[in-house]
Amino acid sequence: MAISEAVGQRAFAQAPRRGWATRLLEDERWLAVSLLLPTVVLLGLFIAYPFVQGVLLAITDTKVGIPGRFVGVQNFIALWYDSIFRTAVWNTFVYTAVATVFKLALGLWLALLLNRHFKGKAFTRAFILLPFIIPTVLSTFAWKWMFDPTFSVINWTLFQLGLIHGRINWLGDPDLALISVIIVNVWRGVPFFAISLLAGLQTINPELQEAAAIDGARAWQRFWHVTWPLLLPVTMVVMLFSIIQTFADFQLVYVLTGGGPANATQLFATYAYQIGVGTGLLSEGAAVSLAMFPFLLFVVVVQLLYIRRVEVH
Amino acid sequence: MARVLIRNLNKFYDDFHAVKDVNLEIRDKEFVVLVGPSGCGKTTTLRMVAGLESIGSGQILIGDTVVNELPPMDRDIAMVFQNYALYPHMSVYDNMAFGLKMRRVDRGEIRKRVHEAADILGIRDYLGRKPRQLSGGQRQRVALGRAIVRHPQVFLFDEPLSNLDAKLRVQMRVELKKLHNRLNTTAVYVTHDQVEAMTLGDRVVVMRGGIVQQVGEPLELYNRPANRFVAGFIGSPAMNFASVHVTNGTGGLRAGNTGLAIDVPAEISSRLAPYAGRDVIMGVRPEDLEVANGGDPPGLCFEALVEVVERLGAESLLDLQVGEQTMVASVEPNIRAKRGDRLRFALRPERLHFFDTKSEAAI
Amino acid sequence: MIEGAKWRRWAYFYIPLGGFIFWLLFPFYWMLVTSVRPDRELYRPWMAPNYTPFWTAHPTLVHIIDLLTETLFTRWMLNTLFIAILSTVISLFCGVLAGYALSRLKFPFAGSLGTGIFITYLVPQTLLFIPLADIIRNFQLGDTPWALILTYPTFLIPFCTWLLMGYFKAIPRELEECARIDGATRWKAMTYIIIPIAVPGILSAGIFAFTLSWNEFIYALVFLSSAQQKTVSVGVTSELVRGDVFYWGQLMAGALLGSIPVAVIYSFFVEHYVAGLTGSVKG
Repeated sequence: MAISEAVGQRAFAQAPRRGWATRLLEDERWLAVSLLLPTVVLLGLFIAYPFVQGVLLAITDTKVGIPGRFVGVQNFIALWYDSIFRTAVWNTFVYTAVATVFKLALGLWLALLLNRHFKGKAFTRAFILLPFIIPTVLSTFAWKWMFDPTFSVINWTLFQLGLIHGRINWLGDPDLALISVIIVNVWRGVPFFAISLLAGLQTINPELQEAAAIDGARAWQRFWHVTWPLLLPVTMVVMLFSIIQTFADFQLVYVLTGGGPANATQLFATYAYQIGVGTGLLSEGAAVSLAMFPFLLFVVVVQLLYIRRVEVH
Repeated sequence: MARVLIRNLNKFYDDFHAVKDVNLEIRDKEFVVLVGPSGCGKTTTLRMVAGLESIGSGQILIGDTVVNELPPMDRDIAMVFQNYALYPHMSVYDNMAFGLKMRRVDRGEIRKRVHEAADILGIRDYLGRKPRQLSGGQRQRVALGRAIVRHPQVFLFDEPLSNLDAKLRVQMRVELKKLHNRLNTTAVYVTHDQVEAMTLGDRVVVMRGGIVQQVGEPLELYNRPANRFVAGFIGSPAMNFASVHVTNGTGGLRAGNTGLAIDVPAEISSRLAPYAGRDVIMGVRPEDLEVANGGDPPGLCFEALVEVVERLGAESLLDLQVGEQTMVASVEPNIRAKRGDRLRFALRPERLHFFDTKSEAAI
Repeated sequence: MIEGAKWRRWAYFYIPLGGFIFWLLFPFYWMLVTSVRPDRELYRPWMAPNYTPFWTAHPTLVHIIDLLTETLFTRWMLNTLFIAILSTVISLFCGVLAGYALSRLKFPFAGSLGTGIFITYLVPQTLLFIPLADIIRNFQLGDTPWALILTYPTFLIPFCTWLLMGYFKAIPRELEECARIDGATRWKAMTYIIIPIAVPGILSAGIFAFTLSWNEFIYALVFLSSAQQKTVSVGVTSELVRGDVFYWGQLMAGALLGSIPVAVIYSFFVEHYVAGLTGSVKG
């Protein structure tokens, strides 16, 4: 037989000589280093380095074209006394909290609705994600047009329905502006929550619900005791992403109101832009940006701890 | 010369000593089986031979070359995995050709070898298919084919039959044996199934807790187990063990406990003498327990109560109560016995095994 | 499980679902209608009589034509396409390699590096844009697409890495071991075996990355200044507003056309997109 002959006749061959590069990459650790190198370089250069630079900027008094001197925490102290900054802080927290609550509630509701079988389900699911897919700025412009004080289609509809008698200045009224912005943020975020929570729901064994129903639990109780606890891990992750994105949001407010009217919708990001890029006070702008960091860090740490705890279980 | 030499091999996982000082020589063209319960270190040893695990200390030689530092690709070995490890995105042909492509064998030669191996294994018709279109048995053949085409020095098998159903397993066992006879290549085979070990191996290595318990030809392990573990591991149903007390009687040594008492046969007396006054472990295989007829020496008989009868057709298994312990006897199918019967059994002197209570070594 | 009277089904299911769908999709319809509505209909105050906002009897393509011929819109689309494709390619390259290393190789600090990359994903662009603008200028990349092509991977790579780690982890390690015994180096085992098997994951990551690039705004706003260099989002925002006047027809046409590439890719790869989204969440 050809095979056994071949084996029998062949003397043991020397292992082939390998180049030093091949041998190096065979080592697990060196291979890992070379594979991770591009990523580490890019992230180091464009995240770590700017972050450090940002901190340095914030503790100097740099302006555009004028290098700064070290001023310690002076910028931060100035911000503390800056009423606009304080408004921005307040707005950002309100914006984030309210939007997140609504996104979670509505997203969950939508996910529960989508968790049934109905005709056109796949189609619906695909279309639902559009607000999340389409570039934020572009869809925000549609909302801006819909909110336009003179030409608003929403106003027209409400008027036709007899619900209002004068026009609603969605974006120009300081009392309404933040609410309008929140509405758009929620509109954009609900699909993300819905689809993610839907995926989470679909991993829950339906038999658990059925067993609870047989045990006599009503729909609300079934949800609270069976579904919700099992959904918690996915919910936490989704909320983590959403809170961070919302807290640092820029595009929505920039397009809709630019931070006004009278700073009613000013957020960290828009204020930093206004100061840093608008007026060229780089250090102070950097300080505003960096002021976001403590809260973001807090959210991340809480999340990581939660994940660790879940993994231990 | 494609022998595999393992010298003082050790492997540590943090503090866990997985492989303890293993010494083994696998001769050219020999089919050696490493067998033992899970966690005994057999797979770890195999993977160190393959180069998939780093060596703690010791040496592994393939042929005359120390391969400790060589990556798997340079060791000229082929491995068949328990889960077949077929590349799902390639056809059967490409799966088999992959190794040769990596070694830059030319296309004509690749085609020749793949077709050759496919013919041997009867998978010529599947060459164009993808693994997901094949059954378990067919996939296993492809895995074998992939190993064969490389004409390696050594074949390594990591429990290749464990994922097949019982019937297929028996069939593949025979085919593997035929294949080995045909290919005449050194092979190291790992399994937890002692039947596979006994039927496939030229020699069998029993391992436990990282330590080699015994190395030998299958029948030697069966007839002369080196310790209690090997005695209980090899053979099915497992050997019966009883703790007996050795006493010096008038006619010679006697061994017994609450359930039975026997005269120690002359051949064993000399070995057992030092244990007078102490306990030892006596072992006897179920198939070596015969229902006594009048002609058996009374000193080698005992009584037992039948608890359960399992009729298998070719044999009957009787679960017995002997004093305070239970035993299993495998008897001829025509023996009439039912639950509650008291039967008399005879022991054959040459089929008795004794083991030291503390060291568990054979006496 | 809504058993019982039909009205319950309507009240608890069809109506809420319909409400959601209407609310989520109406703005796009509005975009479409506005794009084809002639100016004289557009700028009618809402309280004027005969106002039919929801459709138009005289659809026109003039806004779209003006957009394409009188503005730099096509240039912006090409810019954005160029930037998105290159950023995606770079991010996939880095993400595949990093994902493989973190999920299939054992080396010191693997855990910390993984966590580190995850954390960088959570650093928002609005935190870094001011110092980064300076750095971009120092590298002389200001006002070029390269400013974005090199900085977009900062938020694309962590996501791609994380997503691909999930896919890589699911591939049994025996496949690689077998390949290495067959004669492949670790590198070849990765490129010939593991990566081809992970293609669905790579596709998902790529689509997601493309969408995220297309959507980015603040870096594009800050790093690009001349009109020819702008991306669609920035161009529509800054160039279609002349003085204080919003050219809504063109704006909406721009918004509509600017959304098309992403929507098209999405429609072809919905399953992959959703897989990417849910994969990243279930982690």
